[in-house]
Amino acid sequence: MQILVLVKQVPDTATRIKIDADGKDIQRDGLTWVLNPYDEYAVEEALLLKELHGGTVTVLTLGPAKADEALRSALAMGADEAVRVDGQPADALQAGWALAQAAKALAPDLILCGKQAVDDDQAEVGVLVAEFLNLPQVTVAVSLSVDPAAHSGQAKREVEGGVQQIAFSLPAVVTAQKGLNEPRYPSLPGIMKAKRKEITVQAADLGIAAGVELVRLTPPAPRKAGTLLKDLPGADAGRELIRLLHEDAKAI
Amino acid sequence: MHLVVLEGEDRLRKISYEVIGAALALGEDVAAVAVGKDAGKLAAEASQLGVSQVLTVDGPEVTSYAPRAWVRAVQAAVTATGATLVLLGATSQGKEVAARLAGRLKAGLAADVTAISKDDGGWVYRRPVYAGKAFAEVRLTSPVGIATLRPNAFSAAKPAASAASIEALAVSFEPGDTDGHSTGYEVGAGGQVELTEAEIIVSGGRGLKGPENFHLIEELAKELGAAVGASRAVVDAGWRPHAEQVGQTGKTVSPALYIACGISGAVQHMAGMSSSKLIVAINKDPEAPIFQAADYGVVGDASEVLPAMTEAVRQLRA
Ligand SMILES: Cc1cc2nc3c(=O)[nH]c(=O)nc-3n(C[C@H](O)[C@H](O)[C@H](O)COP(=O)(O)OP(=O)(O)OC[C@H]3O[C@@H](n4cnc5c(N)ncnc54)[C@H](O)[C@@H]3O)c2cc1C
Ligand SMILES: Nc1ncnc2c1ncn2[C@@H]1O[C@H](COP(=O)(O)O)[C@@H](O)[C@H]1O
Repeated sequence: MQILVLVKQVPDTATRIKIDADGKDIQRDGLTWVLNPYDEYAVEEALLLKELHGGTVTVLTLGPAKADEALRSALAMGADEAVRVDGQPADALQAGWALAQAAKALAPDLILCGKQAVDDDQAEVGVLVAEFLNLPQVTVAVSLSVDPAAHSGQAKREVEGGVQQIAFSLPAVVTAQKGLNEPRYPSLPGIMKAKRKEITVQAADLGIAAGVELVRLTPPAPRKAGTLLKDLPGADAGRELIRLLHEDAKAI
Repeated sequence: MHLVVLEGEDRLRKISYEVIGAALALGEDVAAVAVGKDAGKLAAEASQLGVSQVLTVDGPEVTSYAPRAWVRAVQAAVTATGATLVLLGATSQGKEVAARLAGRLKAGLAADVTAISKDDGGWVYRRPVYAGKAFAEVRLTSPVGIATLRPNAFSAAKPAASAASIEALAVSFEPGDTDGHSTGYEVGAGGQVELTEAEIIVSGGRGLKGPENFHLIEELAKELGAAVGASRAVVDAGWRPHAEQVGQTGKTVSPALYIACGISGAVQHMAGMSSSKLIVAINKDPEAPIFQAADYGVVGDASEVLPAMTEAVRQLRA
């Protein structure tokens, strides 16, 4: 099976975000960059499927040279090949388009990606790739099995109040949610091998008009300082809290 | 014309009331489309809410949920109504239909929007990015624009004086539209109140010390008519079902009141609840980050504070 995994390099969720003076971007220096955590689930799933059915795992990213680090993280986990499409998409449409064009050339049996990238939090790009390649999709998958011989697959996806079972044919696009698996840690030999691995770089095809324009980035509105009850015996604090919520905040 | 994509089974979901409310607030005529085996029921309910037209799409292709068939149906409704803006709920269904429709129409999509405002250049959609640590304000520049709206962020539509017309829309589905369809459903182990729709949520974290103490959370929730939530730490530990997890890997909630007990306030947890209207924290550590987001806080032991709260609510209700 040819499995393609879309991976993105993102700032670690735990790092502080500062916005540029012009409000058009974040300050990119001094951040910790990581492989998007949901893409780790996607890479892990690809490796598990390869162990089961054989084949190759290729990881693909769209981004600047720095994004090679994300590819190397995936290679260190055990991916076989890595491709970087060099370019700066203006929005999700352009990203989805460029990734779809690059994916087409690789003719995968399955495309895995994360449910969302934790920078722009759109949960859109994987689905766009599915649409541009006219493939079935499963989003927020928490379990996945495929039958390469029958060109079919089954998945479970998380929905409000439960889990939905989905049947689909291959090739398909599946986006990974936590719960799908437990991503492995790269081994030391894996890391060494990944360092030497050749990354194929090609120019991005951004041949689609963007549909979203960023006006500005803003920090969250500062919350006004809250009322803190301390140094009260627990039971008194509990009663006082309910009184405040009822009389002051009128929330209950 | 703006188009709202309805959602529900048997009944319209609360989010659809909110999406219609938000659409009407933009000041243009609003059409709605209902897809699936319950389309008729959903359309009848929506027709009372101030929209000018409701379309239904029914048939074997949409008997069970399939995102591509849904997109085909919504695409037909966009053509039929000439809509320039399509609004959906930022739900598990709305998100994937919206994203696929964006590709189909080569349309800009503003995902998980929490506010819409207007400036000289037109409508501006505000959406959280970087796990809620920043907000992006964006414009949709394509001929048709799409937005998904976060549940509980917009006011629900109210019953209107007159009812809208309901019309069945014929759609030519294509082979492949049902590839990737739902074959079944397992009901989660969640509580009675759906988390994303709850007005009040009482959430517990590792500070509860063990699953045996969650009855303290459940009792307060019951007294308040609230839903029960949880941090990832306690879900991963197997104390609570995944359906209750709030945060980036769980549910995004925006209740009127969110009570966090024994939860430290990690970024990934906050990503799921920071748009709550009122946040209350109970934590024994005065330095816990959750207090920075809290409107009301108690520094104390959850096992002492919670029972007193439950008792006080009981007296209030008596
Ligand atoms: C990719 C990724 C995604 C994630 N997604 C999520 C997510 O969706 N949701 C989520 O919640 N987390 C998520 N996390 C995990 C998150 O980083 C935290 O680890 C988690 O939220 C911590 O849970 P907690 O607050 O219950 O536990 P802790 O951080 O251990 O906090 C326990 C708190 O309880 C307090 N406490 C202790 N005893 C008492 C007592 N007797 N009374 C009152 N207070 C007490 C302590 O002071 C402490 O503040 C994610 C992490 C990653 C990397
Ligand atoms: N620039 C990119 N390069 C590779 N994959 C991407 C890129 N952007 C998004 N993706 C994939 O699409 C998923 C959803 O991203 P998003 O729609 O941006 O939230 C991510 O988890 C990745 O798997």
